Amino acid sequence: MLKLTNVQTFYGQIQALKGIDLEVPEGQIITLLGANGAGKSTTMKTIAGLLKPKKGSIEFLGENVTGLRPDQLLRKGIALVPEGRAILSSMTVLENLEMGAYHRKDKGVKEDIENVMQRFPILFERQTQLAGTLSGGQQQMLAIARALLSKPKLLLLDEPSMGLAPLIVSEIFAIIKEIKETGTTVLLVEQNAKQALKIADFGYVMETGKIIIEGKSADLLTDSRIVEAYLGRKSTKVQEEVQDEGISASKQV
Amino acid sequence: MLLEQFINGMTLGSIYAIVALGFTLVFGVLGIINMAHGEIFMVGAFVGVMTTGVLGWPLWLAFVASIVVTSILGYLLETFTLRPLRGKRGVSHLAPLISTIGVSILLENLSHHLFGAGNKPFRTEFAEMSIEIGSLTIYIVQIVIFVISIILMIGLSIWLSKTKAGKALRATAENLETASILGVDTKKIITLTVIIASAMGGIAGILVGMAFNSVSPQMGLAIGLKGLAIIILGGMGNVKGAMVGGLILGLSETFLVAYGDSGYRDAIAFIMIIVILLLRPQGIFGSKIAEGR
Ligand SMILES: Nc1ncnc2c1ncn2[C@@H]1O[C@H](COP(=O)(O)OP(=O)(O)OP(=O)(O)O)[C@@H](O)[C@H]1O
Ligand SMILES: [Mg+2]
Repeated sequence: MLKLTNVQTFYGQIQALKGIDLEVPEGQIITLLGANGAGKSTTMKTIAGLLKPKKGSIEFLGENVTGLRPDQLLRKGIALVPEGRAILSSMTVLENLEMGAYHRKDKGVKEDIENVMQRFPILFERQTQLAGTLSGGQQQMLAIARALLSKPKLLLLDEPSMGLAPLIVSEIFAIIKEIKETGTTVLLVEQNAKQALKIADFGYVMETGKIIIEGKSADLLTDSRIVEAYLGRKSTKVQEEVQDEGISASKQV
Repeated sequence: MLLEQFINGMTLGSIYAIVALGFTLVFGVLGIINMAHGEIFMVGAFVGVMTTGVLGWPLWLAFVASIVVTSILGYLLETFTLRPLRGKRGVSHLAPLISTIGVSILLENLSHHLFGAGNKPFRTEFAEMSIEIGSLTIYIVQIVIFVISIILMIGLSIWLSKTKAGKALRATAENLETASILGVDTKKIITLTVIIASAMGGIAGILVGMAFNSVSPQMGLAIGLKGLAIIILGGMGNVKGAMVGGLILGLSETFLVAYGDSGYRDAIAFIMIIVILLLRPQGIFGSKIAEGR
């Protein structure tokens, strides 16, 4: 669905992406991991059109979309929930949701907004309040809901769990799984490597502007390099846990 | 007479509010003071003088002509003097400000050249008409000015809060990047904003011409500085602040002239700036935290 080939992005003279090759197949959750400053957000912004790559190409649904503007890419089906949520704080919750459906001209917008508010009751309750008054977790829900209202084919989520309490984080991850089940493809940037890998089908790990490891999530969860650097536990223990939770997850389903 | 002065003040203030709205819209979206706004306003006033005085057009057509001319000026201003400077590395953030100052000088000198330096009268068919209620005299011109201004303010408020384009403008004003990832073509919205602001300047130009029965190439600077004072008073980029600030300035100027020393009339705006900057630097309606741009 999405394919990056040798993508290189610069901030002035500073090269932040040094040739990224990355693929996102339709219907999956792909996660992009890496330490602070690795270039994850830069990759997401480049895909969303906020940054223009100096070299390389981006292909979306078989079409070359390199260098398109963010609003053009949104119309093609790529929506970004940026790092830090980017809520329009001087607009109401409802207006934020309406802005999510800005490019749509179909009649279903009102109904979709109602559905979203049903899924996130807090947004219904606070719909007339300024979005800036929401808590961090609520803002993240709003940001995700707003992006979904554009009816994206590919949803880019940049650290959706950042700064949130563990309980909310679990909820966010549950929502991401739900999003995948409704048929939207997800590219997920996370610091929370373990939880991200658990819901993802495939993972990439970045370091200083390059992809250094890639593989199936299950393999990455036990990969010693990743365990040491990002999971911070001994591999055997993680393996056990994965198996445990794999069982409990399959029970739930 | 108090009530009469109040009406005078509201009339003047409503014009100021329209001028200030032009400043505040552009500031909200682009984060710059459009120093050419006063001169666009002046051009609008001259279009009014020329169409009504020389061509003998009716007033409503003069408004249309003024809106068209100033909209085009706004489009040109954005396309040729603001956009090329935007988002470029190594361009100082002061560059667009300087650029608008250049346009203001150009427009002022151009109208000097075309119309001469002196004042031109602005005649309307109802310039002398008035109605008397008891001892109170109200000129029709005042009513026309006030009604047009209020309609414009209400219309703009509704447009900003209810329409898709208005919401896109507010989103762009709050955060350009966020608006763009939500599908807003921010380039289009910025152009639209500068055009709307300029057209409001054009309308205000005719209103001032009518109110003072006089138009000159220098009028842009004076009114521009007052518009600036108003948005500092009301809060930069704040629509409500521009409206309230405009009315406050209009009223205080009028009352000063009526009951105090008319020589200080033009000083009021600047005394206000000093006081407000000392007491409430973010302006009456501005938020405490400076917007991070
Ligand atoms: N606006 C900018 N100007 C210059 N350099 C930047 C800019 N934004 C990011 N960088 C640099 O680019 C590199 C990659 O940054 P990026 O934000 O993509 O990292 P990240 O992987 O998202 O990190 P984090 O986990 O902290 O969000 C860093 O070295 C950063 O300093
Ligand atoms: Mg980041």
